[in-house]
Amino acid sequence: MRAAVIVFPGSNCDRDLAVAFKAAGAEVTMVWHKDTTLPDGIDIVGLPGGFSFGDYLRCGAIAANSPICRSVIAHAERGGYVLGICNGFQILTETGLLPGTLLRNVQLKFISKTMGLQIGSTDSAFTADYCADQILQIPVAHHDGNYTADAQVMARLIGDDRIAFTYVDNLNGSDGSVAGILSQNRRILGMMPHPERAFDPQHHSADGQRLFASLMSQMAPV
Amino acid sequence: MKARVHIMLKNGVLDPQGEAVRHALGTLGFEGVEGVRQGKVIELDLIETDRAAAEKRVGEMCEKLLANTVIETYHVEFI
Repeated sequence: MRAAVIVFPGSNCDRDLAVAFKAAGAEVTMVWHKDTTLPDGIDIVGLPGGFSFGDYLRCGAIAANSPICRSVIAHAERGGYVLGICNGFQILTETGLLPGTLLRNVQLKFISKTMGLQIGSTDSAFTADYCADQILQIPVAHHDGNYTADAQVMARLIGDDRIAFTYVDNLNGSDGSVAGILSQNRRILGMMPHPERAFDPQHHSADGQRLFASLMSQMAPV
Repeated sequence: MKARVHIMLKNGVLDPQGEAVRHALGTLGFEGVEGVRQGKVIELDLIETDRAAAEKRVGEMCEKLLANTVIETYHVEFI
């Protein structure tokens, strides 16, 4: 598996994500936001957590319009895999690759804690190795994780089995307790919780490890 | 020419920040405020002198970057 991790000014989980990909056996290239092309032969693009461009205007809005994102969109459109975590999820909604948006948490507080996360769909390379309805312990750290989409989008996400994860306790006010969603072709995952902070035995939880292992074994050729 | 872009959350989209401001107003004794919606104003200094061309261009800027039309509406005034 060849992975590219995009680095924006203000990204702060880029190296964690690279370590998690490498631990799963991937070859990882870090790619600066001003670059216009991805390295050849990339299977998956990782959009890391952080505060790209200081969250100015809206979280992820400026990153979504950065030069590299045009290549990320082209990669996604030809069936490439994309994993957006936290700010990466916000960037994915701003590019339009995933529907809906992430608003300020309903109680206006930054949430930084390990939370129960329930598997919503095992029908993706990201989640295939988990069990249906399994509950994981994964850390979240965000101020704008309140997933919001209109009723039509929510009905489509539910009907197409595209809700990858839900919160056990919906602290941020997300519609349908949504913590992570898949694209229509099931090759793009956006999620607010941080699996890359829960993959090592020394972490508080290693429940995120299976996501990266699952990707390694389940990804179809692009 | 100067364009002023007003961006507001669409009706029906929960505005937690507006709600917090409403609570704070109540705490300060300002009664009778039934709702608060918080938006943003962006001013653009434009080289363009043709009003129609500027309107078209600023509309594109709003759609592409300034507003997220999934949850926000915008309107532009020229001053």
